[in-house]
Amino acid sequence: MTRSNGIFVSRARLIRKRLNPLLKEWGLTAYVLRHSMLAVIGTLIVFSFVFIAIFGTRLAPYNPTSTTIQERFQPPSGSHPFGTDKMGRDVMSRMLAGAQHSIKAGAIVLAIAVPIGVLLGGIAGLFGGWVDELLMRITDVFLAFPSLVLAMSFSAALGPSLFNAMIALSIVWWPMYARLVRGQALAVRETSYVEAARSRGASNWHIMFRHILPNCLSPILVTLTMDMGWVITAAAALSFLGFGAQPPMPEWGRMVSDGRIYMLSAWWVSVFPGLGIVLVVLGFNLLGDGIRDALDPKLRRLTEVKWSRKKISSSSKG
Amino acid sequence: MRLSTYILRRIAMLIPVLLGVLILVFVIAYVIPADPARAWAGQRAREDQVEALRERYHLNDPVHIQIYHYLRNVILHFDLGVSPTTGRPVKDDLRAFFPATFELALFAFFLAIAMGIPLGVISALRRNKPTDHFSRVVALAGVSTPLFWSALILQFLFYFKLDLLPAMGRASVDITRYTGFLLLDSILNWNWTAFGDAALHMILPATTLAFYTMGYLVRITRGSMLEVLESEFVITAKAKGLPRRVVIYRHALKNAIIPPLTVLGVNFGWLLGGTVLLETIFAWPGMGRYAAGSIVMVDLPAVVGYTLVVAMVMLLSNLVVDILYSVIDPRVRIGGKRQ
Repeated sequence: MTRSNGIFVSRARLIRKRLNPLLKEWGLTAYVLRHSMLAVIGTLIVFSFVFIAIFGTRLAPYNPTSTTIQERFQPPSGSHPFGTDKMGRDVMSRMLAGAQHSIKAGAIVLAIAVPIGVLLGGIAGLFGGWVDELLMRITDVFLAFPSLVLAMSFSAALGPSLFNAMIALSIVWWPMYARLVRGQALAVRETSYVEAARSRGASNWHIMFRHILPNCLSPILVTLTMDMGWVITAAAALSFLGFGAQPPMPEWGRMVSDGRIYMLSAWWVSVFPGLGIVLVVLGFNLLGDGIRDALDPKLRRLTEVKWSRKKISSSSKG
Repeated sequence: MRLSTYILRRIAMLIPVLLGVLILVFVIAYVIPADPARAWAGQRAREDQVEALRERYHLNDPVHIQIYHYLRNVILHFDLGVSPTTGRPVKDDLRAFFPATFELALFAFFLAIAMGIPLGVISALRRNKPTDHFSRVVALAGVSTPLFWSALILQFLFYFKLDLLPAMGRASVDITRYTGFLLLDSILNWNWTAFGDAALHMILPATTLAFYTMGYLVRITRGSMLEVLESEFVITAKAKGLPRRVVIYRHALKNAIIPPLTVLGVNFGWLLGGTVLLETIFAWPGMGRYAAGSIVMVDLPAVVGYTLVVAMVMLLSNLVVDILYSVIDPRVRIGGKRQ
């Protein structure tokens, strides 16, 4: 009893010991992020966007798809802050309800593309030789197309719908992550700790998950944050072209496209949804920049000194 | 490695990728659609037309025979099928529309370089000063604004509201077209009114198109310049008492310029891809508008043909940039393997 208890205690201590440096790192990252004005703004934008995506449909003052022809093309006013479109639908309500499609597109595309890219890149970097050569030539082929054009082509073959646009974007988006992870894997493969692990008889998979992937986390996190914005733009662009969301779905890119021909008489129909996309992409870019700076070793050590000093002074006060 | 050997090797490395591109396009065109013959003939085609197409492109045969005929058709005759919308071979359509797109993308490309790289350098030199903040805001706006939206806004402001610049089409003066590149054609015609007119038509679409790439270049140039400015050889050069100009232009800039140069090839591809959105909005009679217009008609051959042409131009521009890059930075040739 005591013995098993003793083992339990020491295990808990072991876990804490392992977690401690990790928590410290995260604490430092959070500190750096908090102290960058732009990163704070980015975080705020991203959080409010997520909030709107979750609760937008409930927040919308009007039904986003019900049409009232008598109220078409109303300019922005108290009752319709962003005006109404050609069917008399409230633009603000449609934007609130449409946020979820944008975030869904971004999240789903990256949730498919990133694991594929990470896995293939890791395999290429770790195994080297002909495997690497083959996988990298395949990524070269995908990277030979501008991403929007390739996604457009896939969408055209699959048939226009938001779901197919997401599939198309996932197919297009993985090669960049494969490149990124492969580069890291090549660097990590040569380090002495991987050599030590190998001499201990560690398998390739062990090295991949314990050594290579943890080393890739920071660059992946930065790229991922910025890519969220890009995927959202790309999905909106596909919808703008008519590939993605089909009417009457309130998707922001589609809304810009629908309002395009009425630009002269009713600018608000296109301007506000576009402004929404700009804000969201800006938010993800700022947050990505902030995370990159926070994870940058050079900047990090500088702030770490400041951080620890502040911690010591605050703990001595308390 | 000698330069000529390097160039030959780069071209040889291009061949498998080009083959891969062709096969990927084949998959998009023939494998993914549920009924390829129907997709190629168009939604409104009669059953006998679909059958004729099936016969002509060997769509009833096994996949490897299809690939063989497809590669033969594309490589030997550049046969990309017939567009059900225009009723003409996609090859001819694309040939007619290509110069407009290429001219626009090239113009935007040089605009982005001419603005992006100097702005990035200045930004790094005046770090945390108002100039730096300004150019960072411009860069951030550039990479955050969707092309289709900024195009609409600029068109609205400068064409509809202020009436300063033309924003529809390529030209209002008719001239004999030798090459399809209007700026070049107007010079060949010795018609300066036409030249001015074509240049004016170019300003709005090219600026919009260049905006994103410019923002991206500012960010990369600024980052790499900042890094170089802190490196030891620059500090040494400063410590030696060399004039600031010499340190900046001879030592720092020469090294800092390499990262932005490496991404130029990819950037040109983006510009080319961006024309799909841009040409639709500015009624620019190019390949992009042709492809975007085909979408409504579910015209697969047009979209696929466009994709293939864009990929080939992008591969070529990457090749050109790589070669230029190896001329500037001899380390690339010695290093051999690309990452």
